[in-house]
Amino acid sequence: MRFQIYRYNPDVDTKPRMQFYDIALEPTDRMLLDALVRIKMEDDTFSFRRSCREGVCGSDAMNINGKNGLACITKLADLEAQGPVVQIRPLPGLPVIRDLIVDMSQFFKQYHSIKPYVVNDTPPPETERLQSPEDREELNGLYECILCACCSTSCPSFWWNPDKFVGPAGLLQAYRFIADTRDETVNARLDNLEDPYRLFRCHSIMNCVDVCPKNLNPTKAIGKIKDLLIKRTV
Amino acid sequence: MGNIARRQFDAVVVGAGGSGLRAALQLAEANLKVAVLSKVFPTRSHTVAAQGGVSASLGNEEPDNWHWHMYDTVKGSDYLGDQDAIEFMCRKACDAVVELEHYGMPFDRLDNGKIYQRPFGGHTSNYGERAIKRACAAADRTGHAMLHTLYQRNVRAHTQFFVEWMALDLIRNQAGDVLGVVALEMETGEVMILQAKATLLATGGAGRIYSASTNAFINTGDGLGMAARAGIPLEDMEFWQFHPTGVAGAGVLITEGVRGEGGFLLNKNGERFMERYAPTVKDLASRDVVARAMATEIKEGRGAGKDGEYILLKLDHLGGDVIDKRLPGIREIAKKFANVDPATDPIPVVPTCHYQMGGVPTNVAGQAVMPDGKGGEKIIKGLYAAGECACVSVHGANRLGTNSLLDLLVFGKSAGEQVVKDISADVKSLPDLPADAADKTMARLARLDSATSGERVNDVGAEMRRTMQAHCGVFRFPDSMAEGVKKMLAVAERAKSTFITDKSKVFNTARVEALELDNLIEVALSTMISANARQESRGAHDRSDFPNRDDVNWMKHTLWYKEGNRLEYKPVQLKPMTVESFEPKPRVY
Repeated sequence: MRFQIYRYNPDVDTKPRMQFYDIALEPTDRMLLDALVRIKMEDDTFSFRRSCREGVCGSDAMNINGKNGLACITKLADLEAQGPVVQIRPLPGLPVIRDLIVDMSQFFKQYHSIKPYVVNDTPPPETERLQSPEDREELNGLYECILCACCSTSCPSFWWNPDKFVGPAGLLQAYRFIADTRDETVNARLDNLEDPYRLFRCHSIMNCVDVCPKNLNPTKAIGKIKDLLIKRTV
Repeated sequence: MGNIARRQFDAVVVGAGGSGLRAALQLAEANLKVAVLSKVFPTRSHTVAAQGGVSASLGNEEPDNWHWHMYDTVKGSDYLGDQDAIEFMCRKACDAVVELEHYGMPFDRLDNGKIYQRPFGGHTSNYGERAIKRACAAADRTGHAMLHTLYQRNVRAHTQFFVEWMALDLIRNQAGDVLGVVALEMETGEVMILQAKATLLATGGAGRIYSASTNAFINTGDGLGMAARAGIPLEDMEFWQFHPTGVAGAGVLITEGVRGEGGFLLNKNGERFMERYAPTVKDLASRDVVARAMATEIKEGRGAGKDGEYILLKLDHLGGDVIDKRLPGIREIAKKFANVDPATDPIPVVPTCHYQMGGVPTNVAGQAVMPDGKGGEKIIKGLYAAGECACVSVHGANRLGTNSLLDLLVFGKSAGEQVVKDISADVKSLPDLPADAADKTMARLARLDSATSGERVNDVGAEMRRTMQAHCGVFRFPDSMAEGVKKMLAVAERAKSTFITDKSKVFNTARVEALELDNLIEVALSTMISANARQESRGAHDRSDFPNRDDVNWMKHTLWYKEGNRLEYKPVQLKPMTVESFEPKPRVY
């Protein structure tokens, strides 16, 4: 199988280049990650992040044939059907450290900016705080985020304003804490987002929904935050 | 030490999975100066892959108490677990889970608003009477929810993380005290000494010593390798849990929660064979029992599949709604990795290496301990360990499902508390580092940097994985194990002459993989040698020539030392903290 992969090592390269690899796959190689691991066996200078190899840790997000996704749950058979060469690039819009490894500082900074933790300063009971199954269900489709950055790095608004726009991943988590009945700071959370850039740079392009490997819907969550802000003003 | 940069902290935590994050939280909230090192961004640690639940006798669904939980854990351990540590853990389980809920963990809920609980293997009511609902769950993503919650709480506490740093070696002085670590910043390739009054290992397991493993690539036993190289023994390394349900061929985990929710295993004849092996709790027997039953079915020709190579996990009878509500991640995994939709078809599964029961010997306060040479035990000053890399020992010869997440909460916290206590009591400044503090590490790195030929890292790793898989699996045979020892000694020799072609500094993952292999080798060697020496069958260690448990000669913990591959033994703590001992009995489920 033929791959064309973005390569850049600041120690030796003056500029990035695309490198071809022709790899004989084994029958056990099912996912793109299997092929990348095989390429690395041939060329140990090729660098990428990976860990769980089952789509829950979020390490191996990359741009695959023009679309962001996780290498470990992208089937080679599907890529074969897309054309004779598989093109692999780092996630777009973030600084490249080396090969497919990007600097995710800006992404995590935005995640941290939404205060990603339940705030409840009422002294807790000795047992759990109660939450109805219906209230808990509000968190479904939100808490499952793996922070892989596929969504934010496919979002034009995030490319243009990564320092000012929270981005789909951060906003999805912002709503995860707004929606949690145990959190007491909904108003402060909304204040934190009521800003022409932080929230309102989302123009519902929905690239985020298209690429999310966990099938989550940041656009919908962002819509709910906007609704809450409107309700607050009227 | 030459020109190696040096930084000073109160404490260094190595690893940011569940136990590292729980410990770090304790330290950050005590306003200590802490560095938490992790090879990956914290939420990428392998705790994220835990699925089914965390045990606590909350009794939200039916009456339960910690003493039943303790009994189940002692029995599950095949009486190799230390009963004081098990009592400690089971008593603290409810508080640990409730605390996590207060931190914001999105547990599933019952109609009355309390935490949802499901049955799990080996957990019973009234000392083995019947299966009990004790596993507190967030769908089948409990580990993900827990790891993210712990990370989030650390963000709130302003914990200082060193992300994508790999600890390479412990620094010990003449007295044997641990004074910090030598570590590699992966992005720059720079090496630094992180000096600290307390070094806490929370590096998780090393399931990557086997070919078929549920474990992530990063699970390379770094803490164990560091401890072994520093002359610290590793305890009970022969005990590896083979999880009954890894996806055949792919290794990816399918939670025991599937069976907790009512799924069961079938052989090729469609027989629910666990009824023969464990008449009372059937598919919810402890994991060693189920894994052995499956391997027996396969061995005796009743496996399903073209070559009779796997067992079928049936759950379609639960219905699409229950599957989507309680086991959504499993449906996703089965579709992706097994090409089946479990709502209509069974999942092909095989026993797959999953968890390391052994590790760095510690007490319940997370302090690393080792024999004092006078028949007793001494605390290794400055060193702590918690979670899968530690051996307290609460899991003994076989861990119960959901007790790993409990272990990392309880002992992550207790280790954190002990570090806070020790540091507050120690007003002295940091002790001087020995002049050769980083010499061995730098020599290892220099060798890798200068070698232009030698063994390819992957070749040596593949040989190690094949050897462990073939010679130290679910069933163990004397001749095969003896041969395995020879092979592993040869593999370890080869590992001394690995080479990489990538000599660059920036994010050199070839170098990281070579250094990880050094750690895996220590783990594999300790496992093979400890297993070969243990002449009985207990828990996950099953050997054909000694098919029974031998409490007279072998109710003792193994200690393996790297130097000379020496073995020692220490007694099992049969006396709990406050209650009566559970006397060893034959294990029937």
